[in-house]
Amino acid sequence: MPDFCGIRLKHPVINASGTYDAIAARKVFGDALLEDFPFSAFVSKTITPEPRAGNEPRRIWETPAGMINSIGLPNKGLEGFLAEDLPQLAQLPVPLIVSVMATNREDFGRLVSAVEARDEVAAIELNVSCPNVHSGLIVGEQPAETGALMEALRPLTEKPLIVKLTPNVADPGSVAVAAEGGGADAVSLINTLKASAIDPLTREPALAAGHGGLSGPAVRPIALQQLRAVTAVAEIPAIGMGGIASAADAAEFLSAGAALVAVGTESFRDPRAGSRIANGLETAMYEAPLRL
Amino acid sequence: MTAPFGRRLCEVTENQVSGGYRIFSLLDREGQAPEPGQFYMLAAAQGWGEGGGRPFLPRAISVAEAAPAKSGVRLDFLIEGVGPGTDRLCEVEAGEGVWVTGPLGNSFSTPKQVSPDAAGAILVGGGIGIAPMAIWRRHLVEKGVPLRVLLGFRDEEHSGGLDELFCSGGSLCPDVRLASEDGHAGHQGYVTDLLAAMLAGDDAASAVVYACGPPAMLEAVRSLCAEAEVACELAMESPMACGFGACFGCAVPKPEGGYLRLCVDGPVLRGDAVAEVAHA
Repeated sequence: MPDFCGIRLKHPVINASGTYDAIAARKVFGDALLEDFPFSAFVSKTITPEPRAGNEPRRIWETPAGMINSIGLPNKGLEGFLAEDLPQLAQLPVPLIVSVMATNREDFGRLVSAVEARDEVAAIELNVSCPNVHSGLIVGEQPAETGALMEALRPLTEKPLIVKLTPNVADPGSVAVAAEGGGADAVSLINTLKASAIDPLTREPALAAGHGGLSGPAVRPIALQQLRAVTAVAEIPAIGMGGIASAADAAEFLSAGAALVAVGTESFRDPRAGSRIANGLETAMYEAPLRL
Repeated sequence: MTAPFGRRLCEVTENQVSGGYRIFSLLDREGQAPEPGQFYMLAAAQGWGEGGGRPFLPRAISVAEAAPAKSGVRLDFLIEGVGPGTDRLCEVEAGEGVWVTGPLGNSFSTPKQVSPDAAGAILVGGGIGIAPMAIWRRHLVEKGVPLRVLLGFRDEEHSGGLDELFCSGGSLCPDVRLASEDGHAGHQGYVTDLLAAMLAGDDAASAVVYACGPPAMLEAVRSLCAEAEVACELAMESPMACGFGACFGCAVPKPEGGYLRLCVDGPVLRGDAVAEVAHA
């Protein structure tokens, strides 16, 4: 039973933000979703101060062992989330982590304060790394900016604050150390890697936004090294993710120092991938040799 | 009805050539029978993502026909190989396994559900889009709904599935009319020419139009129906990674702004619920 920042979890497998809509999944699969919920904690899609429609299609593109997405953070905005989504997410059988993103410290503060006031929420993840939105990129790329944001937000909540790190930097360890210095309780990594594809028919960028973020098994070795770089210098716990598709993959991340692992793209292929990975972890960690 | 939670391995029971397409059948021992218009996410158990790394994601495929089978439901899918995923699905052999999630999405509404005054149905299918029209046609016939089926093809190669899905006793079902761009069968031209002629007649006022096909065809159907003030339902397609609302990839623009998620809000959408059908 992992203890993550004071939150007791049944196993170390959670979801990556923005890769599982538990409300939609419950409509599709019914209460069976709740009876065998694939994750030990649920991370919401990123919530922004105002509603966002998301990017124009085309939004996704399959790549070798992965995909590029430029979804653009569609969400109902803070008020819509608190009124409509949060009560439904509170019915999930696991602790809830709410992901938030804003383009300035004041709005970030408004989001954190509003979520702090809700007992249904166990922890808050700060999206400072989404490569799809111009403003999200800046803070997470710079240690000083990340530290300053943390110092502004830390006094606003007693809930654990998790900083989601971007992989699109030369030294993710320095950003993690800055987050830790500013009072972060944990970091999570990696977000998607900036990527693009050309549509072979049109010879134009395949995604309407021009570029997007790469995920899936293709990024796993990169994610693993970024995790190692972060756990080498930061003392706060790290949630490791990036292309985890099996229990053996998850075991790699745990062996490299992750406190928890998150599953994202693999859930698209297998809606119960989280359970499959969690169930296989015991064997993968202690009985089978790692496939390194 | 909700779909069984998660993906399951189903056995391929048959895979036959049909023109330039394939029709393959799965034995689904767990899921309920699908409603017309619903789809499944499919990925071959072997040879999916190995080697070159593609195909990686499962493919969203509308069900063409379903029938009770010994210990389950037989699901038939019409497949055209147009890329690594559909190429692999064309190759699956009897005895192989396919990962299946579904049935997913909504289904067609009967004419009466669309409008209390509606009495009949006009089904329009183009190319590979004839697939969901087959199961929908059968359901409507069983319900005794008067109908006309209009099917269009580029050429004979792209008329796969016609014989298996729309013929009985070796001849075309009497309610089916054909159009082909090369003139090899039926009217030479577009299937929407047939629809335009039908909408100009008196009977069309009390009909609901159902369509599945390439984006240009769907857009023509949508605008013809809007002009004639006849309700229509469009079974649409979009790039889709998951099929259950998780990836937000399958965005379809709404007329009033914002987007629908085709997997959970569709794949069957009312013509007036979508902005112009984009050319994918």
